[in-house]
Amino acid sequence: MAALLLWIPLMPLLSSLLLLLAGARLGERPVALLGVGSVALSALFSLAAILSFSASDGVAWGIETLPWFSALGLEVGFSLHFDGLSAVMVGVITGVGLLIHLYSVAYMAGDADFARFFAYLNLFVAMMLILVLAGDFLLLYLGWEGVGLCSFLLIGFWYRQPENGYAARKAFVVTRIGDVALALGLLILVQQFGMLNIQDSVDQARQLWPGSDLAGWVALLLLGGAVGKSAQLPLQTWLPDAMAGPTPVSALIHAATMVTAGVYLIARTQGIFMLAPQVLQLVALVGAMTLFLAACSALVQHDLKRILAYSTISQIGYMFFALGTGAFSAAVFHLMTHAFFKALLFLAAGQVIMSLHHEQDTRRMGGLLRPMPFSALCFAIGCAALAALPLTSGFYSKDAILLQAYAQGGAGFAWWLALAGALVTALYSLRLFVRLFLGDCRTLPEPDNRPLLCWPLGILCLLALFGALIPQPLHDVFSAAPQAHVPLPVHLLVLAMPVIGLVAGIWLLLRHRDWRQAFATGALARWWRAGWGFDVLYDWLLVRPLLWLARVNRRDLADLPVQLLVWTSRICHQGLSRLQSGRLRHYAVGIVGGAVLILAVVL
Amino acid sequence: MILVWLLLLPLLAALFAPQVEHWRADGSRWLSLTALGLQALLLLAAAGGGGDWWLESRADWLPRLGIGWHLGLDGLSYLLLWLTVALGAVSVLISWREIRQRVAFFHCNLMLSVAGIVGVFLALDLFLFFVFWELMLIPMVLLIAIWGHDNRRYAATKFFIFTQASSLLMLIAILGLAFAHQSQTGTLSFDRDALLRLELAPGLAYWLMLGFFVAFAVKLPMVPLHTWLPDAHTEAPTAGSVLLAAILLKTGAYGLLRFSLPLFPAASADFSPVAMALGVAGILYGAKLAFAQDDMKRLVAYTSVSHMGFVLLGIYALNGMALQGAVMQMLAHGFSTAALFIVVGMLQERWHTRDLRQLGGLWTQLPRLSGFTLLFALASLGLPGLANFIAEFLILAGAFQRSWPLTAVAALGLVGAALYALLLVQRGLWGGGAPAPGRHDCSRREWLVLGALALALFWFGLHPQPVLDLVREPLVQLLDAPHHAAESPPRLPVGSWL
Repeated sequence: MAALLLWIPLMPLLSSLLLLLAGARLGERPVALLGVGSVALSALFSLAAILSFSASDGVAWGIETLPWFSALGLEVGFSLHFDGLSAVMVGVITGVGLLIHLYSVAYMAGDADFARFFAYLNLFVAMMLILVLAGDFLLLYLGWEGVGLCSFLLIGFWYRQPENGYAARKAFVVTRIGDVALALGLLILVQQFGMLNIQDSVDQARQLWPGSDLAGWVALLLLGGAVGKSAQLPLQTWLPDAMAGPTPVSALIHAATMVTAGVYLIARTQGIFMLAPQVLQLVALVGAMTLFLAACSALVQHDLKRILAYSTISQIGYMFFALGTGAFSAAVFHLMTHAFFKALLFLAAGQVIMSLHHEQDTRRMGGLLRPMPFSALCFAIGCAALAALPLTSGFYSKDAILLQAYAQGGAGFAWWLALAGALVTALYSLRLFVRLFLGDCRTLPEPDNRPLLCWPLGILCLLALFGALIPQPLHDVFSAAPQAHVPLPVHLLVLAMPVIGLVAGIWLLLRHRDWRQAFATGALARWWRAGWGFDVLYDWLLVRPLLWLARVNRRDLADLPVQLLVWTSRICHQGLSRLQSGRLRHYAVGIVGGAVLILAVVL
Repeated sequence: MILVWLLLLPLLAALFAPQVEHWRADGSRWLSLTALGLQALLLLAAAGGGGDWWLESRADWLPRLGIGWHLGLDGLSYLLLWLTVALGAVSVLISWREIRQRVAFFHCNLMLSVAGIVGVFLALDLFLFFVFWELMLIPMVLLIAIWGHDNRRYAATKFFIFTQASSLLMLIAILGLAFAHQSQTGTLSFDRDALLRLELAPGLAYWLMLGFFVAFAVKLPMVPLHTWLPDAHTEAPTAGSVLLAAILLKTGAYGLLRFSLPLFPAASADFSPVAMALGVAGILYGAKLAFAQDDMKRLVAYTSVSHMGFVLLGIYALNGMALQGAVMQMLAHGFSTAALFIVVGMLQERWHTRDLRQLGGLWTQLPRLSGFTLLFALASLGLPGLANFIAEFLILAGAFQRSWPLTAVAALGLVGAALYALLLVQRGLWGGGAPAPGRHDCSRREWLVLGALALALFWFGLHPQPVLDLVREPLVQLLDAPHHAAESPPRLPVGSWL
């Protein structure tokens, strides 16, 4: 089994290396074959691993491959770990990843940098797999930074536009702030345990840390890493800008997989977080705040991909909220269903954008139902799942989150926020669909229905509808939460919330267009559209001071004393050399003057 | 005998460089490469010794003054000698086209400097050490002053005065030690072994330690004594920058490890919080200055200040992990910064400018060279999988056990590194128009050099064990010195929170 597990990340890694070194010389067809084929093989191996894992009663596999290094006081190995949680993640990454790779072959066809695109995309899949398979925190960190790098490279894929480069740098730097926190968390583990094996250190922490503050510190720092990667408050600002990358990239990296790495990290280190209940509460609060703020922002965006980006932030907020309330398996469940329906929405959006000649502004869309019925169907299913309408996969997972959260902690502030978020989610899903497909046709589309674009969408439609039926072998991973009774009215409320949102939305749409108009141009909407002003805040608090500092001290103040020294010696030198003028009378005056002075002093 | 030959080979190459040029136009280049190749063979032969010193070479020199010829090779110097030989060869290779004038004299200086560096890494007699310390300096100044860029006189003078003034302090400290030895035992001695046994009064030890520290800190360089570095690196020819960044800076760190810490363990331990703080200041200040530069070469030069700040932090954290990390960083910085300087040199050769405001969009025209630039920039920002990451992680992990607040601040350097490295990628490689079309991508020789450096970065990032093992023994010995043992146990001062 060890060899099998090893090949899952190695396949795309090798393919990526090959494409990086020789891709420019290959044609599109071999590149596509290599890029897609490696991920397909990886998906096949994953399937085999998951099946044989399920057959073996869910005992986790720990695999020591090679030692990485052993320094004085720290041992690190390239060890892999495979359990139910890894199985879910690997399944999502390779499954959704394969569909998106297939779609990309059509989407990127004809691009001059076709090979570079697949090299980066394969590298991303490899790094993401390393992240979720790592049995050692340092290997996880390698994957963690690796996916960040690929995200950077792919956001800036069309590097000629400076704004893409800016967005790419913003994404990397903001997540790196979180990474510093994560690294500091790892340093505490090194200091305490002298190793970074994930399972062992969590076990040690469970035994040694109850009652100590250390668990809280470590959990807090890990949370710092998680909010950076998963675009949660207060480090969420990079994700909307990250939409500058090609749309399949947004689907794979900035919706389905990488941005859920934070959720994975917290789920993976559940043992440490359980020792720090206050931090867990903080996780729930962060999630609830994020999901509500981002949902409001999604409600008023004009750019199609920005709507989806804010929606992603909001949905990951649900996952954080679930983690924080102790509903770990519900969080991972939602991670999976969200990967399905959000990938579906992004890929369908890609198809729409392509058909409209790279138009992304929803104000110039509309009436696409008739010319693009397939996209409309995809969007309808995706939006329904996003809004958590009954019988879609999103319904089951979001219900699970809200109900389990209620069962664990009752209806606190965070819970009500999450409930309100469900309402707003239904509203913006409806708005999105209506803007694209109903009303007058503003831009004439040239529908692009190549089979490679449509087949992955069809499969994702099925997954978005029925994905909730896929079993998740998580019961051995998370310590089971105590069962609690949820009263029937709460059940009904949770069930009804999206429907209420939908009905309210339709009512607004049909009866009160003027309200909508007034709201959309109001100050509140403008504030929300700008992401609640976080960008402006950080601009004034961090970016401008930093740039100012860099500008004023470009020539390095520390050099000033040296320059001063040079100056003084130069002035002294000039002064003294002027004394030596070669004129006798000057010397004579000097001698006499000096003699007089000395005499005056002596006498 | 191997040690003597290690020293003699570059000296002979320097001596005969002008002669062979009469026979062949590029004779001096081949001669230098041959000498470095033979040195590499000697190093292979010297590998794997046991005991404190794998090899030692002793002879009397000026016995009346207690000055002896004493060389010694252990894991630490072995590693740094390999770095010297490898980067020395790289320097010769990249000068193949860049240096066209006074070729023989150029290689004469290059090899003299290499000889001085080899001597520094081997000498165990303090007087001998000082001689080599000076020997490596003078040819370096000439390299900058003769083959440098526009502002080369200023840069060379500044470099000379900074290092000369600081090594004067070291000379005083060395003499102080020798006289202390005389007053305790009746004879003068400059031998490291003899001086290690001295019992110095704490006040005296502190002052002497500072004398050494300042000399090494200038070389390192440490903020605020770093201002010679950007000028020297920027104005030097590419080979000079490579030699400076990759090896010469390491002599400062080596001096701290070989002399400053063992000779004054207690004083160094007392001083360590200050030194760590200065290291952290260097990390952040260097990164900030690098971020602000428009000149690509100056940007790379300031990253050296930031990276060597990590080395200083690691050395004065005074525990095994951090020290191993510091040595690893010396190696990784040697490769990654040298590589960046080489890339800048290649770009300058093609475009005759290093100004980032005029560059941009290189990826379209030079995909291979741009790919290499990206890789080395990533190494510089400490991407896991590359050697710099191992180094920085070990340094931070070790320093964390001494002082967690300082380490937390130092870790912000990772963000700073991302800022400057990605800005370099954005302004140099990405973006729109490029200055002129029709430039050729990497030649085969350039591919070879850059590829080898990239391979080294990957190799030591994924398999750093050989390096860690090589230096384990010397570093453990260093820490076992009596006064270091009193190091306070690691503690995380946590109060109530939340």
